[in-house]
Amino acid sequence: MALLQTLLLRVITTAVTLLGVAVIVFFVIRVVPGNPIAMMLPPGATAEDIANLTARYGLDKSIPEQFFIWGGGVLRGDFGTSITLKQPVLALVLGRLPATLELSVLALGMAILIGGAAALTGTRLRETRVEGGIDIAQGMALSVPDFLWGLVLILVFGVLVPVFQISGRVTPSLELPFVTDFYLVESVLRLRFDLTLDLLSHMLLPALALAIPLAAIIGQLLKQSLKETMHLDYVTLARTQGYSEAKVIWSQALPNAILPTLTLVGVQFTFLIGGTVIIERLFSYEGLGNMAIDAVINRDLPLIQGIVILFAVIFTGVNLLVDLTYAALNPRLRHG
Amino acid sequence: MSFLEVRNLSARVKGGGPLLRDVFLTVEVGEVRGLVGESGAGKSMIGKAILGILPKAVEITGGQIVLDGTDLLTLPPAVRRMKVGATCALIPQDPLTALNPSRRIGAQITDRLVDILGWTRQRAEERALALLGEVQITNPARVLRQYPHELSGGMRQRILIASAFAAEPKLIVADEPTTALDVTVQKQILKLIAALQARHGTALLFVTHDLGVVSKVCQNLSVLYAGKVVEDSAVADFFRAPKHPYSAALLAATPKYTDPFAGLQPVPEAVIAAVRAEVEHG
Ligand SMILES: Nc1ncnc2c1ncn2[C@@H]1O[C@H](COP(=O)(O)OP(=O)(O)O)[C@@H](O)[C@H]1O
Ligand SMILES: [Mg+2]
Repeated sequence: MALLQTLLLRVITTAVTLLGVAVIVFFVIRVVPGNPIAMMLPPGATAEDIANLTARYGLDKSIPEQFFIWGGGVLRGDFGTSITLKQPVLALVLGRLPATLELSVLALGMAILIGGAAALTGTRLRETRVEGGIDIAQGMALSVPDFLWGLVLILVFGVLVPVFQISGRVTPSLELPFVTDFYLVESVLRLRFDLTLDLLSHMLLPALALAIPLAAIIGQLLKQSLKETMHLDYVTLARTQGYSEAKVIWSQALPNAILPTLTLVGVQFTFLIGGTVIIERLFSYEGLGNMAIDAVINRDLPLIQGIVILFAVIFTGVNLLVDLTYAALNPRLRHG
Repeated sequence: MSFLEVRNLSARVKGGGPLLRDVFLTVEVGEVRGLVGESGAGKSMIGKAILGILPKAVEITGGQIVLDGTDLLTLPPAVRRMKVGATCALIPQDPLTALNPSRRIGAQITDRLVDILGWTRQRAEERALALLGEVQITNPARVLRQYPHELSGGMRQRILIASAFAAEPKLIVADEPTTALDVTVQKQILKLIAALQARHGTALLFVTHDLGVVSKVCQNLSVLYAGKVVEDSAVADFFRAPKHPYSAALLAATPKYTDPFAGLQPVPEAVIAAVRAEVEHG
C-alpha cells in the first residue's frame, strides 16, 4: 500500500517536472534572438517567402498558442517535424538515443569499475603510500573537466600513440547488419565481435573522458565509507572468524558502505549524460548530444524541444531507478 | 599445559605509554576465567590480542600468546587467522552493532562455517537451526530469514551467542556480553552463556567489571589494574580473602546482591596510589 502511494506520488511529480521543463524550454528558445526561418532561406529571399515559410511551421502564431498546438501533438506522440532535417522529431531523436545511451552506460560502467577498484585497493592498503598515490590521482582526475580529459585523450591515444579511434561511432566502410540502433548490444548478440571491437575502439576514448571525473568521485566517497565501516563491530567480528582482510572488505564492509555511493552515482550519472553533449561533439560521435548542438546552431526549434524533453525523461528515469535500487539494497527500507 | 597461556604480554600505543604490562593469564580446557578491572584497565585489549584484532595503533612489545601449544605471535597472519577462526570465538559487548545490518541472520551464522571451515551449506543451516533452539529462540526458522533491525537487543545477543558456539570452539572470549543490555535481560543472557558453556565444555574468558557476575559464572579470576594482573585466584578464595589490597578495595566497592547499598566503600586514594606505584615500577 505504502509502495503504491509512493509510486503514484512519484509519477505525479515526474509529470509536473516534465511539464515544467517543456514550458521553460519552449518559451526560452523562442525569446532568445535567432530566427530558424531566416537560416533556412537563401540570401535574398523576399519578405513573402519568409512569411510563407513562417506560417508553414506555425511560427506566426502567438507563443502560448504555439505551445498548445505543440503540447497537444506531444500528448498524441507527435513531437513535430525538424525544420532542418525535414523528418519527424520523434523518429530522429529515438534514432540517436541508443548511441548516446550506449556511450553513457559504457562510461558509467568504466567509472564504477575504475572508481570501485581504486576504493577497494585504497581501503585494503590504507595508511600506506599506495593509498596516498590513489588520493593524489583522484584529486588530479577531479580538477580537470571531462571535455579537457577528452582533448588529452585525443592527443595521447589518438595522435601520439594512435591506438584508438577519435572520430565517429563506427568505421564508415563497414557493412552493418543491424536492425536496431543499439549497435554495441546488437553486435554482441549477433556474435559479430569484429564489429564489437570496432565500436569499442571508437567509444573507448569518449567514454573514458566521461568516466574519469566520475570514477574519482566514486573512488573518494566509496573509500571514505569503506574505511569508516572497517571500524565497526561486525567487521571486527568477521575478522575473528578467520576471514582475510580482502574478504572482510568485500563481503562485510562493501554491501553497507556502497549505499551512500549509490545515491551519488545516480545524481552524477545524469551529469555524465549531460556531458555527452560536448564529448560527442569533440569525438564527432553520432549521438543525441551532437544532434542537440546542431539543432541549437540551426535554431531547429521542434528538434531542440524534442531532445530536451527526452533528456528530461532520461534524467527522471535514472533518479527513479536509483531510488528503487537503494530501497532494494537497504533492508531497513525494504521492510519499512 | 593450559589451553591458553598468555605469558608476559606487553603492549603499548604506538609512540605512547604501555597498555599491557607483563600480563600472565591462563585458561584451562573447559575453565571459566573472569577478567576483571575498572574501565580502561586493558581487559578488552587482552581479548583482542588473543583474537588478533588489536587496533592498528596498538603494538605488542613482548611476550607470548600460546594457544593449544602454539605461540600465535610467531605464526604468519593467514595461519594465525585460520587457527583462531577454527578454535576461538568472540561474544561481543554490543549486540546492536555486532551484526551486519544488511545481511540476514542465517547467513551471518552459516557463512563462515561454509567459507572458512568448509562445512556443507546444509550442515551449517541445520546447525544454525539447532543452536537458535539452544539459545531459546522460538521460531528459529523465521529468525534465520530476518534482518538484525527486526530483532531486539536481547534476541541479537542470543544470536551472537549461538554463532559463537556454532563451530564448537575450544575457547570463547566474552567481552562484557551483558553490559549493553537491559537489566532484566542481563540475567537471562548470563544464565544462557553459563548453560551453553557447561553443556559444550567450552573454555571461557569472561571479561567484566562486575564482580557479582564473576561470583556467578566463573571458577577463577584475574584482576587487572592499569594493564597488569595484580591478582590471580580461585573465585571462592577471592571472595573470602582477596590477596591484593587493590582487590580487597575493589570487593568493598562492589554492591552485594542481597543488600545493594549496604556498606559500599569507594576504592581509597591510598590503595590506588599504592597499586599504581607497584604496577608502574614493580
Ligand atoms: N584504538 C585505540 N588506540 C589507542 N588506545 C586505545 C584504543 N582503544 C583503547 N585504547 C586505550 O587502551 C586502554 C585499555 O582499553 P580497553 O582494553 O578497552 O579497556 P577495558 O578494560 O575497559 O576493556 C584504555 O586506556 C584506552 O584508552
Ligand atoms: Mg572493554
